[in-house]
Amino acid sequence: MKASWVAEQKTVESSLVSGAELFIQGLQNEKVDVVFGYPGGAVLPIYDALYKAEMKHVLTRHEQGAIHAAQGYARVTGKPGVVLATSGPGATNLVTGIADAMIDSIPLVIFTGQVATKVIGTDAFQEADIVGITMPITKHNYQVQKAEDLPRIMKEAFHIANTGRKGPVLIDIPKDIAVNQAPLKEVSDLHLPGYQPTMKPNILQVKRLNEALQVAKKPVLLTGAGVLAARAEEELLAFAEYYQIPVVQTLLGLGGFPADHPLCYGMAGMHGTYAANMALYDCDLLIGIGARFDDRLTGNLDHFAKKAVVAHIDIDPAEIGKNIPTEIPIVGCAKETLKALNQTQGEKSNFNDWVIQLSKYRSELPLTYKSNEKELKPQKLMEILHEVTKGAAIVSTDVGQHQMWAAQYYTFSTSNRWITSGGLGTMGFGFPAAIGAKVGRPDLPVIAVVGDGGFQMTLQELGVLQDWELPVIVVIVNNKSLGMVRQWQEIFYEKRYSHSLLDIQPDFVKLAAAYGIEGKRAENEEEVREALEAALSSKKPFVLDCAVTADENVYPMIAPGKGLHEMIGVRG
Amino acid sequence: MRRIISATVLNESGVLNRLTGLLTKRQFNIENITVGHTEDPAVSKVTLTVWVEDDRKAEQLVKQLHKQINILKVRDLTNMALVSRELALIKVLTTPDTRSEIKMLIEPFRATVLDVSLENVTLEVTGDSEKVDALIELLRPYGIKEISRTGLTAIPRGTQKKVLELHPYSIM
Ligand SMILES: Cc1ncc(C[n+]2csc(CCOP(=O)(O)OP(=O)(O)O)c2C)c(N)n1
Ligand SMILES: [Mg+2]
Repeated sequence: MKASWVAEQKTVESSLVSGAELFIQGLQNEKVDVVFGYPGGAVLPIYDALYKAEMKHVLTRHEQGAIHAAQGYARVTGKPGVVLATSGPGATNLVTGIADAMIDSIPLVIFTGQVATKVIGTDAFQEADIVGITMPITKHNYQVQKAEDLPRIMKEAFHIANTGRKGPVLIDIPKDIAVNQAPLKEVSDLHLPGYQPTMKPNILQVKRLNEALQVAKKPVLLTGAGVLAARAEEELLAFAEYYQIPVVQTLLGLGGFPADHPLCYGMAGMHGTYAANMALYDCDLLIGIGARFDDRLTGNLDHFAKKAVVAHIDIDPAEIGKNIPTEIPIVGCAKETLKALNQTQGEKSNFNDWVIQLSKYRSELPLTYKSNEKELKPQKLMEILHEVTKGAAIVSTDVGQHQMWAAQYYTFSTSNRWITSGGLGTMGFGFPAAIGAKVGRPDLPVIAVVGDGGFQMTLQELGVLQDWELPVIVVIVNNKSLGMVRQWQEIFYEKRYSHSLLDIQPDFVKLAAAYGIEGKRAENEEEVREALEAALSSKKPFVLDCAVTADENVYPMIAPGKGLHEMIGVRG
Repeated sequence: MRRIISATVLNESGVLNRLTGLLTKRQFNIENITVGHTEDPAVSKVTLTVWVEDDRKAEQLVKQLHKQINILKVRDLTNMALVSRELALIKVLTTPDTRSEIKMLIEPFRATVLDVSLENVTLEVTGDSEKVDALIELLRPYGIKEISRTGLTAIPRGTQKKVLELHPYSIM
């Protein structure tokens, strides 16, 4: 806390302010620069205080838009996203985003209004038990009982959200609490006896891992979002390079290790590369860092890393041993642990044969698709995106086939450029998350890669682009279908396309125009390239509706119940 | 296998909700649960009996509970030397013939009679769960009208044999 602020606080100690003003003060203490929200009855006192404080507030067109925007903001800035919504329906509209942030460990502090304390429990107008509803999907949550508790609760909430394994924290504020007067005073130190995340690793286990590397012949590093959350990219690079260990990444971990590095074998899992999956299948030492061995990554556990000694580095002890038995458990932050590993390095080993084998897989069985002059292939679209943005844009995706193609073909060589809904797989996430990312990083081009299905779940946020003239480029990967569902129906349900074809669609270009946003429909590579270049240089919002091959499938693929070595469609 | 888990929690609203919700979400079946104050008014103690398949699941349960912000300490007491007790109130049907018989029967259990009416007696018994079960079985032939059990509460003994000590999770 800055000295000036402390001094100022002491002088005003005796003065009383409203709960809403304490809220503003709390935001300022945490250096919050933007709130994503939507007003309503129960938060009127708070919105009044916001108005007077001139706090930057992005009014989305739906609470779901607000929370996904806050998620996108948090992903690219590393700061907690702040969300504000009213009681009842405002609060319940946040639920999807809260669950999404919980499972993907995104730091958020969410404020909801609540009915006045004296009517809580009477089924009052717009009353919903949001604390009860969100208990299993928040890292922690609070209902404020007294205005004077608010500063302490806010300080705790920001701390909890953005330390340890990050996640969403919700604070429910009854309307009268926002009005009630309480002293404006500085918050003493945090007192959270039940919350002490382990940052530094147990040095004995670190030693065991270095020793395991001495005897291993086929080690592999599996890196996840934990590397990005801890900003441990440099330490990871140093570690991998010192021992020359091949690296594979989870969907959420993309960008944590440069895609163009010779030791990078790409994404593993259901739609991962052949080399990455075979590395996990064949390895004799698996080092997981900040990844949680989710079922979309592991495939059938009976075939996952069966020959390997498993080492798992994670800040959350409950992740270790949860899905796979772990011989070398290391609880700690990825950065601290990699630092410790780098400081206690053993002899360099020789993993040449292994590296050569994987590199052979990489060059002989790369990701591939059948190009076709007459059609715009979605994979090609991603390659063009990479080319035109020189791989430097922030890419935020929705959920479905386009998400997998973006993960496979955009290739990230810089960290914190990739935003996607991994654990929950939330359609409607990508576009609002891109808005939040642009608010957080106005200096970088931001592209929302969305499906024609998912975009229609949150496209009302075009209003925000118009309102703020935010130069987000929306790229609709338009296959006139709920492509991922259609693909599964094609492969596993004998082409019975039950409710997955979207033949009837709005004219997305006209839709953009209705919001005063420029748009274009692109039917081939040239049109895509041209439109993108124009959009990037115009520094204005843009909607690009891309007519891609409608029946294209995402390959390679590991069918449900199959092992990592049983990929289908490896040759496209 | 049956596990006895003890959790020290902050005495705040919602903490029990969080704890039981977590067990439900992760598909742990609570056999019984007791909650009460401790020597510190800000802290409560929860004792849980749960069925888990194996050690890995048990470890997962302890770690998930431990992760909660308002849960201070979690211990798996299953393999520790314990003092554990449960209290049961049992209402048994009586006739003038059986009344004295029942009185004799309960004596070795140190159960006491709390209430007597023409048709029944209400007894109190305290002990580990096996003892309570045994008494209930003995009384069943007379006709049990109602039972209310508190569930188990437990505390580790002052001295633990080395071999019995819970192997500490290497990562906590
Ligand atoms: C909110 C929500 N509802 C349903 C799903 C199931 N689902 C996963 S992918 C998908 C299809 C998405 O279609 P589209 O947005 O057009 O993307 P495409 O797969 O065609 O690229 C659906 C319905 C989901 N992930 N999220
Ligand atoms: Mg589609």
